[in-house]
Amino acid sequence: MSDLPKSDDLLSKIDPRPPAKSWMDTPVNIRKGMYCYASNPKSVEYVGLPHARAWNPLEEDWNLPENWKEIIYEGFRERLDKFRSFKVFMDICVRCGACADKCHFFIGTGDPKNMPVLRAELLRSVYRNDFTTAGRIMGKMAGAREMTVDVLKEWWYYFFQCTECRRCSVFCPYGIDTAEITMMGRELLNLLGLNIDWIATPVANCYRTGNHLGIQPHAFKDMIDFFVDDIEEITGVRVEPSINKKGADILFITPSGDVFADPGTYTCMGYLMLFHFLKEKYGFDITWSTYASEGGNFGSFTSHEMMKRLNAKMFAEARRLDVKWILGGECGHMWRVIHQYMDTLNGPADFLEVPVSPITGTRFENAKSTKMVHIAEFTADLIKHGKLDLNPGRNDNLRVTFHDSCNPSRGMGMFEEPRYIIKNVCNYFHDMPANTIREQTFCCGSGAGLNAGEDMELRMVGGLPRANAVKHVHEKYDVNMLACVCAIDRAALPPLMEYWVPEVGVTGLHELVANALILPGEGERTTDLRGEPLPGMEGDDAEE
Amino acid sequence: MNVNYMVSLIAVIVLFLLAYVGVEAAGLQFLFGIIVPYLAVIAFIGGVIYRIVDWARSPVPFRITTTGGQQKSLPWIQPAQFDNPSTTAGVIVRMALEILFFRSLFRNTSAHLDKAGKLSYIWEKWLWLGALAFHYAFLTVLVRHLRFFTEPVPLPVKLLETLDGFLQIGIPVIQLSGVVLLAAALFLLLRRVLIPQVKYISLAADFFPIFLLIGIALTGILMRYFTKINVIAAKELAMGLVTFHPSIPQGGIGGIFYVHLFFVCILLAYFPFSKLMHMGGIFLSPTRNMPGNTRAIRHVNPWNYPVKVHTYEEYEDEFREKMIEAGLPVEKE
Ligand code: SF4
Ligand code: SF4
Repeated sequence: MSDLPKSDDLLSKIDPRPPAKSWMDTPVNIRKGMYCYASNPKSVEYVGLPHARAWNPLEEDWNLPENWKEIIYEGFRERLDKFRSFKVFMDICVRCGACADKCHFFIGTGDPKNMPVLRAELLRSVYRNDFTTAGRIMGKMAGAREMTVDVLKEWWYYFFQCTECRRCSVFCPYGIDTAEITMMGRELLNLLGLNIDWIATPVANCYRTGNHLGIQPHAFKDMIDFFVDDIEEITGVRVEPSINKKGADILFITPSGDVFADPGTYTCMGYLMLFHFLKEKYGFDITWSTYASEGGNFGSFTSHEMMKRLNAKMFAEARRLDVKWILGGECGHMWRVIHQYMDTLNGPADFLEVPVSPITGTRFENAKSTKMVHIAEFTADLIKHGKLDLNPGRNDNLRVTFHDSCNPSRGMGMFEEPRYIIKNVCNYFHDMPANTIREQTFCCGSGAGLNAGEDMELRMVGGLPRANAVKHVHEKYDVNMLACVCAIDRAALPPLMEYWVPEVGVTGLHELVANALILPGEGERTTDLRGEPLPGMEGDDAEE
Repeated sequence: MNVNYMVSLIAVIVLFLLAYVGVEAAGLQFLFGIIVPYLAVIAFIGGVIYRIVDWARSPVPFRITTTGGQQKSLPWIQPAQFDNPSTTAGVIVRMALEILFFRSLFRNTSAHLDKAGKLSYIWEKWLWLGALAFHYAFLTVLVRHLRFFTEPVPLPVKLLETLDGFLQIGIPVIQLSGVVLLAAALFLLLRRVLIPQVKYISLAADFFPIFLLIGIALTGILMRYFTKINVIAAKELAMGLVTFHPSIPQGGIGGIFYVHLFFVCILLAYFPFSKLMHMGGIFLSPTRNMPGNTRAIRHVNPWNYPVKVHTYEEYEDEFREKMIEAGLPVEKE
């Protein structure tokens, strides 16, 4: 991180004017700070993906397999035959440019190949050359070019400079989704063993231990116990979570980041407190799982098949534990997978029941097939029915704004539920400007597996539009807390804020809920979950 | 000088000369008036069918709707029925809004970074307006031309013509659509040349159809207001073509007419093999033409296949001791 330029220098470097030379004649320049390290061969091997080997993006020779061109060609053809989206998106772009400045990476870097349309053209040019008559005959005139090692490197660099956020797709008149194209591009790269390690190793970990961080079951339990102690210290109440419990009402799955990294841990404590409240008051029994201890799915950043292999654990564990339905925690891409892929990949979940909240009687019709409810939907329903005892004043030291995470926004459409919750547990809430929230929200800059340490510059420029909008409400309304419903956000936004808007912190939704939640039998709380004094309690020592 | 638009411009000029010289000097009326149009129509219909069938042959494995508004979840939260449809009816409205009004393009903004490092997003309506004007003018011109292919001319076509010509500046009546078409095509061309990013992404395949359309509009306007062709003869030729009794009318229609016709034929034949197929493709775009309700109604992937997973048993086998030690329940003691 020491190489990271100062934020002002980074800003002044942004130049959206394209170079004079055609993009096809401009070979890729793999630049430090802008790429992630190559996948560790052990991780690639562990999950049985092809061509595991050591390689270095900065070196000339990537140790490609002999027949790499053939592998790409065949892989390309197979995907065209399997995905209508891919085929149609290869054909119908009119290069109107409407998507160009919608991408946070283009806004932040000015690199023309970060315009979604050009990112897609990197593949399209090869498609035209290999699969269309016009491209074969007219070559470059028709926008076709041959597959070469340079093109392959360009693919690798730019498909790992896309966070699959889908903002471009909202603005494209034909709905062309560059995230879909990036997914295909990454699948092709993976056929040659060309992943990044921030994806490959979490995938292997998740496969083996059930979660990205490779936390083994006993360590997982330790972490939860640790939270239980903390909660007791803060509230005087000892919560008693169940883990791997058969016959519980529901199974709860959240990203493992919440269990291991601040400030996600506070959100995790928030879940524990909410579940305790529901158990005490309504006898609602929720279990955690160590086998399915990961909501996030880095498989989806690798290939559709890997996505399926990792996602399978959720239904399998729900079946084993014999629960009624599944509740999912706050995560971004986890919800893209659950909402749009899970039932198709690993369903039908006919061994589960249509989710009904026994507390409010609400039947979650919108999840009646997948049988998995988002915790924001669940909690909003509880609050609406007046089932939670809340004291929003305990969050009065916070002026909150909300970051819509890309995937729940453009791959699901969850906008009102979290806002409803925030408005009920906090007294001060201010949305960011309309062009930067809801379906037009900007990515944190680190999604789709890019939140590594070595690509910090990429993450900071990618997160610029988001940070800029936060800065706006920070200056205008004194906003000091950025709430989100995504574990990658909770990991990625703190350094982003630190870099661009240092006075703003980052929180999960259920941390705010738990601060406001009055637990049965709790003692007088003097601090919030972070151990900071609650509003009105600051003066304990300095009381006059 | 940009090679992409030069090549396209030269191609259109060559096409012009081919038709003009072909008819005026070589007397190839039969070729340009009958053979080429038939071939073009065959290429167009065959090509479009081929492309659509080819797309449709690839299945839609996942429901990957791009959601542009609030989902339908709790009963007291108002869903965005059209931007995030949960029903087929909602999808139909969404698609209609896209196809008839270019709704996504309507959202267009342009991002600006000012000196103080502040980003702002300004509503950018010109591309939307230009595109809308272009497509509707094109449609109107197309429908207007039905008067050459029908006898008697259907009332709606006549009505449209009257409407289109309401700006009665002189004789002949100015048909607004032709002028708008030309203006919009010029706008789209200028955009491509003047906006650096758009220029950077443009291919020859983007300039060629615009030049061709400008050629079509220009020759049409030229005939209507300036060179004044033999309209009766033109209709005779057109009627002959559609009734499959093609013949070259006596008296001659003029080289410019054949150029106009030839340009249209090139456009027809070129259409299915180019980006112009976006017209068909938009109907098949999976991010737009599906409801966002996959959690409520299961989507089936025709090629779904079993994959290797790490089962609970394998997991417990690896960690059993540690689990027992930590007091976690296990299946096998
Ligand atoms: S907005 Fe769509 S059609 Fe226009 S350039 Fe981008 S991807 Fe292509
Ligand atoms: S999906 Fe997001 S990151 Fe990728 S090209 Fe589109 S806007 Fe950029």
